[in-house]
Amino acid sequence: MISIHNLSFSRGHNKIFDNISLSIRPNKITAIMGPSGTGKTTLLKLIGGQIKPDKGNILVNKQDIHALSRTDLYNLRKKMGMLFQSGALLTDMSVYDNIAFPIREHTELPESIIRTIVLMKLNAVGLRGAKNLMPNELSGGMARRVAMARALALDPEMILYDEPFTGQDPISLGILVKLIKTLNETLKITSIIVSHDVEETASIADYIYVLSGGKIMGQGSPDALYNSDNAWIQQFMQGKSDGPVPFHYPAPNFETELWHN
Amino acid sequence: MNVFQVIGHNTLASLAKLGRASLFLIAILKGLGYVVMHPRLLIKQLYSIGVLSFWLIVISGLFVGLVLGLQGVYTLSRFGAEASLGVMVAAALVRELGPVVSALLFAGRAGSALTAEIGLMKSTEQLSGMEMMAIDPLKYIFAPRFFAGFISLPLLAILFSSFGILGGYIAGVELLHVDAGSYWSQMQSAIHFYSDIMNGVIKSIIFAWMILWIALFEGYDAPPTSEGVSRATTRTVVNSAFTILFFDFLLTALMFGAS
Amino acid sequence: MNTKSIEIYVGLFVSSAIAALFFLALQVSNLNAFNQNGSYTLSAHFENASGLKNKAVVSIAGVPVGRVSSIQFDSENYDAFIKMRIDARYKSLPSDTSASIFTAGLLGEKYIGLNAGGLDEFLQDGDTIELTQSAIVLEELISKFLFNAKDD
Repeated sequence: MISIHNLSFSRGHNKIFDNISLSIRPNKITAIMGPSGTGKTTLLKLIGGQIKPDKGNILVNKQDIHALSRTDLYNLRKKMGMLFQSGALLTDMSVYDNIAFPIREHTELPESIIRTIVLMKLNAVGLRGAKNLMPNELSGGMARRVAMARALALDPEMILYDEPFTGQDPISLGILVKLIKTLNETLKITSIIVSHDVEETASIADYIYVLSGGKIMGQGSPDALYNSDNAWIQQFMQGKSDGPVPFHYPAPNFETELWHN
Repeated sequence: MNVFQVIGHNTLASLAKLGRASLFLIAILKGLGYVVMHPRLLIKQLYSIGVLSFWLIVISGLFVGLVLGLQGVYTLSRFGAEASLGVMVAAALVRELGPVVSALLFAGRAGSALTAEIGLMKSTEQLSGMEMMAIDPLKYIFAPRFFAGFISLPLLAILFSSFGILGGYIAGVELLHVDAGSYWSQMQSAIHFYSDIMNGVIKSIIFAWMILWIALFEGYDAPPTSEGVSRATTRTVVNSAFTILFFDFLLTALMFGAS
Repeated sequence: MNTKSIEIYVGLFVSSAIAALFFLALQVSNLNAFNQNGSYTLSAHFENASGLKNKAVVSIAGVPVGRVSSIQFDSENYDAFIKMRIDARYKSLPSDTSASIFTAGLLGEKYIGLNAGGLDEFLQDGDTIELTQSAIVLEELISKFLFNAKDD
């Protein structure tokens, strides 16, 4: 459904992606994982067409997303829902209006139908009772769920989740994990999760790509990766403090530095 | 890096910024149609940009007028010309102080608020989020603010001048016993609607254009960190002030130099 | 802040600004002068119009009846060709009315003072005032005085 071919992208002198190729399978949850700063959010922005790659292309439903005209790109984006790390709710509107926003902007539906849709989406994420709250009255987890409802407002074909699990308390985590899995199954959408929370992601992902240093370090189902021979992947998946990625940032010899400075 | 490299680099960076800002402005202007179709957005911005600046402008105008009245009487009485106080106050306000001071106050109050608001929206990814929902933030967020400010500032400048003239009346006629009749009659014979008042309004239209362009662009361009936003806010006020004063000089020379 | 009150405040704001504009137009400036009744144009040639400015007052018997609308150099007669707009209310100016350039006060602005003649015909739109007296230039006055004093 989404295929990425030979993608290269640099920011200044940093090579963020170096000739990588991925494919996102339809109706499955695909996870893109890796240490912080490997450009996972950048990848989502590339898929969404907000930034252009230096080389390579990204095909969404067989269309090269960066070759589309502005109108076509906007039409394509209506079929994509994106969940930002901070929720990115519009702070001057209530929860209800936030979810109604894309519907009001892109359709001519009457308010009575919009109300039904909004209540349904809110019910799906369990926040129907919060419909009149303002974003600054919501906890982080609740904000993310509202953002999820908003991403679902136009019944997209795919949802991109940017670090959905980061900084959440255990209960919120449990709720979010369950929601992502359930929605993916019941709505038959394609989900892409970008995260570095191994345990939660691995519990629901169908296929995982692990990125680091601009390259794909490994890919496969969660079980395949947990049983991988690759030491780096083992260190990442199990969260070991030392291994191919060393504990110490490169520095001269400790004794020398202590006594001879 | 030697001096020339620094100058060259800065010049190129400034040109690039001006280029980005110009493309930005063109995109906003294209949003006029959208704003006309969604008047609610415009009204909301007219409220937060115009109405909330009302008291600041009106009270400042009143005080500036009061001071002009006092200073005017002190100086004109040396030449026995206190009767011309009305002309002095009105001409100073309508041609210069009204448009310029209200623009400076506006840049400080509304301009910096806009930059901060937009910088904050950028750093909380609201602008990105909107783009991903296939809604162009330039049309939904920026265009209404631009046109609302474009309408508000000339109105505020007119209010400033009006209250200033009243302030001059209070100081001169009520407090310092200048003749009320000559205050108004001399003013009326010397101030011309089209060449004085409308020129002042044209000035504030041009100031509005500049201030809003700068304020919105600085917010849009700001690095999405707290330091970035605060620097952008400062730049808005400073650059707006320079631009206002520069264009005031240019426009005064063009408009009032000829006659 | 709900939408209703926002709209009310915006309406108040805009209407107060428009009221201020009217105040400026009517009370502060001379916008409505001669616009309500219409006006007609008279012209005159002056040997010397120095100091006379556009929009200077035209008055008769001290009462303002119009304004100077244009000051141009007449290259045929080598004098100043002045046009003035007179308020249409004053349509009974005799055709032998004279126009002189006076100074308002000692250092004041120049204005045109009309002196009514005695003929029964009236000046119409586009007519020229034949009898004119030029502005008094201070230097010429002083030099006249000096020369006269010298002669004595």
